[in-house]
Amino acid sequence: MTSQEIYDILVSQFGDSILEFSDEPLAEYIIVDSKDWYPIAQFLHDDERLVFDSLMNLSGVDFGKKADQMEVVYNLFSMSHRHKINIKIQGPREDFVVPSVESVWRMADWFERETFDMYGIIFEGHRNLKRLLLPDDWEGFPLKKDYEVQEYYHGIRVPKVKPKKLN
Amino acid sequence: MQGLIELVQNLGVTADWLAATLAVIVYAVLVFLFLALFALFAVYLERKVSGHIQDRLGPMRVGWHGILQTIADTVKLLTKEDIIPENADRPLFILAPFVLFLGTYLVYAALPFGPNATASNLNIGLFYIIAVSSLVVIGTIMAGYSSNNKWSLYGGMRSAAQIVSYEIPVGLSLLVGVMMASSLNMSAIVINQTTGIGGIGGFLGWNFIQNPFAFIAFVVYLVAGTAEANRTPFDLPESESELVAGAYTEYSGMRWAFFFLAEYANMWIVAVLATVVFLGGWNSPIPGETFVPGWIWLFLKALGVVFIQMWARWTFPRLRVDQLMVTCWKYLTPIAFFNILGVGFWMIFIG
Amino acid sequence: MPDIRTEEMVINMGPQHPSTHGVLRLKLRTDGEIVTHIDPVLGYLHRCFEKHAENLEYPQVVPFVDRCDYLASMNNDHGYAMAVEKFLGIELPERVEYIRVIFAELQRIASHLVALGTFGLDVGAFTPFLYCFREREMILDLFEMTCGARLLYNYIWVGGLSHDIPEGFVEKAYEFLDHFEPKIKEYNDLLSYNKIFIERTADVGTLPADVAISYGATGPVLRASGVDWDLRRDEPYSIYDRFDWDVVVGNDDVGSVGDCWNRYYVRVAEMEESAKIVRQALDQLPVDGDVKEAIPRKIRPDKGDLYFRSENPRGELGFYLVSDGSPKPMRVKMRSPALANLGVIDEIGSGWLIADVVAILGSLDIVLGEIDR
Repeated sequence: MTSQEIYDILVSQFGDSILEFSDEPLAEYIIVDSKDWYPIAQFLHDDERLVFDSLMNLSGVDFGKKADQMEVVYNLFSMSHRHKINIKIQGPREDFVVPSVESVWRMADWFERETFDMYGIIFEGHRNLKRLLLPDDWEGFPLKKDYEVQEYYHGIRVPKVKPKKLN
Repeated sequence: MQGLIELVQNLGVTADWLAATLAVIVYAVLVFLFLALFALFAVYLERKVSGHIQDRLGPMRVGWHGILQTIADTVKLLTKEDIIPENADRPLFILAPFVLFLGTYLVYAALPFGPNATASNLNIGLFYIIAVSSLVVIGTIMAGYSSNNKWSLYGGMRSAAQIVSYEIPVGLSLLVGVMMASSLNMSAIVINQTTGIGGIGGFLGWNFIQNPFAFIAFVVYLVAGTAEANRTPFDLPESESELVAGAYTEYSGMRWAFFFLAEYANMWIVAVLATVVFLGGWNSPIPGETFVPGWIWLFLKALGVVFIQMWARWTFPRLRVDQLMVTCWKYLTPIAFFNILGVGFWMIFIG
Repeated sequence: MPDIRTEEMVINMGPQHPSTHGVLRLKLRTDGEIVTHIDPVLGYLHRCFEKHAENLEYPQVVPFVDRCDYLASMNNDHGYAMAVEKFLGIELPERVEYIRVIFAELQRIASHLVALGTFGLDVGAFTPFLYCFREREMILDLFEMTCGARLLYNYIWVGGLSHDIPEGFVEKAYEFLDHFEPKIKEYNDLLSYNKIFIERTADVGTLPADVAISYGATGPVLRASGVDWDLRRDEPYSIYDRFDWDVVVGNDDVGSVGDCWNRYYVRVAEMEESAKIVRQALDQLPVDGDVKEAIPRKIRPDKGDLYFRSENPRGELGFYLVSDGSPKPMRVKMRSPALANLGVIDEIGSGWLIADVVAILGSLDIVLGEIDR
């Protein structure tokens, strides 16, 4: 099934929640509204024409202060139909809330925790949203473009490393 | 032992009780020296055997082909800092290695080193040995509990369960040799093996080939004895991969060396018992030959059994604790009982 | 008699432990010896790879990618290089492709050897570990001959390779293959069909296929659960479609489909298949071609994003690249197979004894460098 067909099925089911679609090579995606993401995810997983049973990858992207936008990207794959689709959810750089889909694809459990850890995106409905890679009491969200590392952690000085000029 | 007492008296000590006490002390020290030397040798042997099984060489640098390696290890252990964890139960922690070693050391009072070289040739020699060797359980539990460490506790509990359970197949399979000699006295058991199949002595006199049940008993004894000595495949109490060193994790330096010493002492006891009861003790395998002294045969055979134990350690994975219990209670013990029945019938109707 | 108060014990299989394959902390809640809940704590090896990658140009990220899964560096390099090449749309010379496949498959054998050896060590068999490392030494000699490094190579660059294979490499590689193929039988005799080993691993920690797919488990873990899925065959990348080999799937000859024994055995059989691929690639290797001719001078992909996946020894290694038109990537996300594989441990590890948890963890074959990045 091509991306166009998947997009058509989704639009017929969810209408306004499907915001944008692009199928240029190297930029194939469907942008979805975050408020309806959980039912859309369930539909993608359960519908017999789609059967996206495998969440290949889940990542957050920060486009920087100027663009003032962050994204959560879901790369989905169907083991039985062998088709793929990329779903993106866009939102603000602060207080970005996305419904959690870890009950649909269990892999999202830890990948959402990691995205929360690195970007500060809150996944609503997650059973255990705490930091995954950093200590639980770390401050700040490292992968954001304007991240300033904290001075001290439990009394240990966190060294600042200046990026070297590369020629 | 009698010879020792006479020696002491000849040196001028006339009072009987004094001579006996001195002789006992000399014997005890000699046994301790033997244990230390044997441990030295056994550690080197183990490292070489394990090295060659694993397609590598083992120690090669310290001395010719690494012969002095164990001396280097001993020096290291003696100079290590003695750490006692802060929340550990101090008296128990300090006492545990000694209790463990005591359980092993007491056995040497009745263990034969040759035809007339037993400290006390008890008429119930075998019974005494099996009974006293149970003391090691207390030592292990003390070590596991007093370390104030959950992993050590696990190791101690597992070890207690294992040693106590495997006493039964050990005792039952040794009973086969006792039945064939009609005596618990170790010398009597060995003398019984001087003549065997077809009236010929030597190799054919050894107990383990006299009848098929004795052979099965020998195999059961080897398996259960390895479990008693906490060696792989039964080394769950000190399984390196899971519990670091199990019950002995918190011990360092000389205290740990005591546990180590006790393990090799245990291995030697298992080997000597197997030799005496099943492999003909100090009898030579060639019938009628008396040129080579008896104790050399005993040592060679016991070393062979020690080698088999080391070989098994580096070949097999280890059993999980519940599988270990199942092996003991559901397989070894019924087989051992069946053996006794079988040997009894054999002796009445055939032998 | 008053009721004896029992409570669950929380044990820590700490970051330093002989069996946790790296710095992984497992909090186990146990009821006696039976584990009721496993809570992994990660992050002890977090080195901020993704943040670094945002400040480096595309080719400079390759050494960092090496260090993520340090036991399978060639495969990591390969995955990243292919992702960027797909982004740029470059074609590679034949010789480069063949050499890349040879090294990727040799690295797969080396990585599986470590996995098998350490798995044997976890269940108490000390000897197979040394036998596996003996073979691995021969592979590392081949790698050292080519690029000078034994563990972290920085060899497969975007658009080509860092060094061409030296004189005598092909002969030595054939020698290795001739030596290696009979060894698989040796491993099977010593460990795979050993009764005690089977007791410890068969029917332990069974992972059903649908749970595996939902958790994103891939690679040998997924194949051992009976799912016939291998990226090299089903989504061919590079030149894998030119070789003839079988995909190994779990079976129930010994134990059941999806247990630890199957996860172990799939790796043993995969080594054999990889050896086949290497042999075919060596036979078909084109003799001339410059390995550096396709390396672009300046890498500046168009705006866009791409998710590219390849088959690591541990599973599906994915790279999600976002470019904003500059020489430095805006986002490099490494989808690590071991992270998804480790996710299943609470599901399949609960209800077993502690000794079994060690065996299950060993059979998942995780590398903390890749989990924590």
